[in-house]
Amino acid sequence: MEMQQFYYDNKIVKKFIYATIVFGVVGMLVGLILATMFLFPNMTDGISWLSFGRLRPLHTNAVIFAFVGNAMFAGIYYSLQRLLKARMFSDFLSNLNFWGWQLIIVAAAISLPLGYSTSKEYAELEWPIDIAIALIWVAFGVNMIGTILKRRERHLYVAIWFYIATFVTVAVLHIFNSLELPISMTKSYSVYAGVQDALVQWWYGHNAVAFFLTTPFLGLMYYFVPKVANRPVYSYRLSIVHFWSLIFLYIWAGPHHLLYSALPTWAQNLGVVFSIMLIAPSWGGMINGLLTLRGVWDKVRVDPVLKFFVVAITGYGMATFEGPMLSLKNVNAIAHYTDWIIAHVHVGALAWNGFMAFGIIYWLIPRMSKSTLYSIKLANFHFWIGTLGIILYTIPMYVAGFTQASMWKQFNPDGTLTYGNFLETVTQIMPMYWMRAIGGVLYLTGMLVLVYNIIQTVRAGETIEDELAEAPALQQISSGRIKGEKYHAWLERKPIQLTIFAVIAILIGGIIQIVPTIMIKSNIPTIATVKPYSPLELQGRDLYIREGCVGCHSQSVRPFRSEVERYGPQSKAGEFVYDHPFLWGSKRTGPDLLREGGKYNDNWHFNHFWSPQSISAGSIMPGYKWLFANEAMDISMTEKKMQAMQTLGVPYTDEQIANGQKELRTQALKIEESLKNDPDFVKSYDESKKKAEARGETFVPMNEREVVALIAYIQRLGTDIKVKTNK
Amino acid sequence: MFEQIKHNLETIEGIESYPITALLIFFIFFVGLAFWVLSYKKDKIEEMSQIPLND
Repeated sequence: MEMQQFYYDNKIVKKFIYATIVFGVVGMLVGLILATMFLFPNMTDGISWLSFGRLRPLHTNAVIFAFVGNAMFAGIYYSLQRLLKARMFSDFLSNLNFWGWQLIIVAAAISLPLGYSTSKEYAELEWPIDIAIALIWVAFGVNMIGTILKRRERHLYVAIWFYIATFVTVAVLHIFNSLELPISMTKSYSVYAGVQDALVQWWYGHNAVAFFLTTPFLGLMYYFVPKVANRPVYSYRLSIVHFWSLIFLYIWAGPHHLLYSALPTWAQNLGVVFSIMLIAPSWGGMINGLLTLRGVWDKVRVDPVLKFFVVAITGYGMATFEGPMLSLKNVNAIAHYTDWIIAHVHVGALAWNGFMAFGIIYWLIPRMSKSTLYSIKLANFHFWIGTLGIILYTIPMYVAGFTQASMWKQFNPDGTLTYGNFLETVTQIMPMYWMRAIGGVLYLTGMLVLVYNIIQTVRAGETIEDELAEAPALQQISSGRIKGEKYHAWLERKPIQLTIFAVIAILIGGIIQIVPTIMIKSNIPTIATVKPYSPLELQGRDLYIREGCVGCHSQSVRPFRSEVERYGPQSKAGEFVYDHPFLWGSKRTGPDLLREGGKYNDNWHFNHFWSPQSISAGSIMPGYKWLFANEAMDISMTEKKMQAMQTLGVPYTDEQIANGQKELRTQALKIEESLKNDPDFVKSYDESKKKAEARGETFVPMNEREVVALIAYIQRLGTDIKVKTNK
Repeated sequence: MFEQIKHNLETIEGIESYPITALLIFFIFFVGLAFWVLSYKKDKIEEMSQIPLND
């Protein structure tokens, strides 16, 4: 048979690895800065773009899409070519994928600190970047499918199935969750509201974990673990079961992020059932990965790459055991909103994704630069300090989570909350936040050791060039089933049909859960007293979104005695019908804010936003001084915002929209008047007016500044259901 | 110990619907998958699992 010669594209793999390393350092460093902000909340005082709320999405996006994303592309571009015995379909698309992705990351790194955010977790990027992501993702998919079509290997190895599922599912998730109505280049509103937005968001959020952080890395596991151990996977049959059951079950599990929320109970229960079932394929996959090393455990002792893989797969096993447990309603009642969840996701990110990526990097770079690793010792050091870092990160967070939950729920014999002041539950766990930061330092140190080790390896080795390979051309055979050919054997050489089946498997769950909730309005009982936000409140809500308040404050009261006692009546679906996007949050570093309106007066919030510590000593909330700056807030978009809301079904009348700015000003003036009730405010307000005049600056009255809008929004929260009607 | 765990599970809201829903979905899906997987010939399985080692 005629042998064909061709080159594997190693340069694209190299580029993605370098990007992985650079953004790994950046993402982890931002994480460490955030961990430090728990200890020194005002360390970036007054610098809006370095505030916690804005950096948090930067950290999650950098780690997920920049670090793990680039590692995923590196691994796929390397393994796909070899599994198919073909060069990538198009060098142009490979490079478009690479440079486009990096450009998106840079756009994220600029826009998120500037406060351009949709506030939907792991989907914070604004609509122009969303479109760019969709285009680049399609370029990746076309390149992959093109390569599959011109392959020289008849059968598609199971790793490729995982890659295909990754591509199609992430495309579906990203598009449906990012449906937004733009009002400017940097601002849009989710087309979904309240409960529906929450459901779509967590259908996306959960499956971003499943199909961006899990399935591609499982594909990489099925390629790299056998490759490094130099023996086939433990059970190929099990890997087939693993694949189909995982993609079929995963897509249903999203609602476990919304237990005890205002989401309809049937959807919650469905999410729980599938989450529990998920443990089977997940552990099947873990066992398959670990047992591939049967008989070569002596190699694991000496090879740092295999060590990284073993801890990665074990981390996968731990996180996928914990996940189903966390989705049990009674466990969730304890863990949700606490630092337990932070521990859970970091087992996944640091152990599973991080260590898989490190193992792959340590294996690929010497291979592609035709040298040996500069220092095995340093790699081993990285392994140990990284492992210690994971332990020191997660254990304190588990302790913190349990402490928070038990303190939040503790009652005195007379029926009052033992820790009625939320702050007590924060100061209690400060030592845990210290230890977590130290764990983070260790993990980042390991990463820097990798940087040094890889630089030295690359310097000593040859320039990474494309690699010559040869393989016989694939013979044309009937596209139908050959006589005697089993159905699946046929399917596994038909990538398009395989892809269609994978899409069907993931769509079943999505359709059953999402469609009824979106289509049937009757799922959400309306509450007569719930009215749309006033223009000023809407303005304030956008500031709440811009500053990332949702990163630390939930707006969802669960039906527990302890929460009703602490925050007020439980959430009802009908309260959120005008919330584009929903702002339920997923973490309570600070208290829930759903019923915050009217709890304190305007001056309290005014002083608290300036310096939380001046009101609550020991608070770890940062000040928001830039909201007070001598600048008028931008209200030029008011009408446009209200019109967009009207398009999305919020019942603003045309008259209300026309009078938007006027109404906004009236309400703002009222707040300024109420602020003047405090003599201290009047005194310092007059002083700052004089100072501005002395400097020759125009003085912007308080009612035109941003903080007033934010106060208006906070004071509105939860007040609708307190309105008394005559019925 | 087991009694404690069982008790906790019983307090979950909507628990009655879990077993039968889970069983049905599990049963249909996994029986199908088992048929699928077991009908492979051994040499085919081996051939496919060798793919990563062949470059």
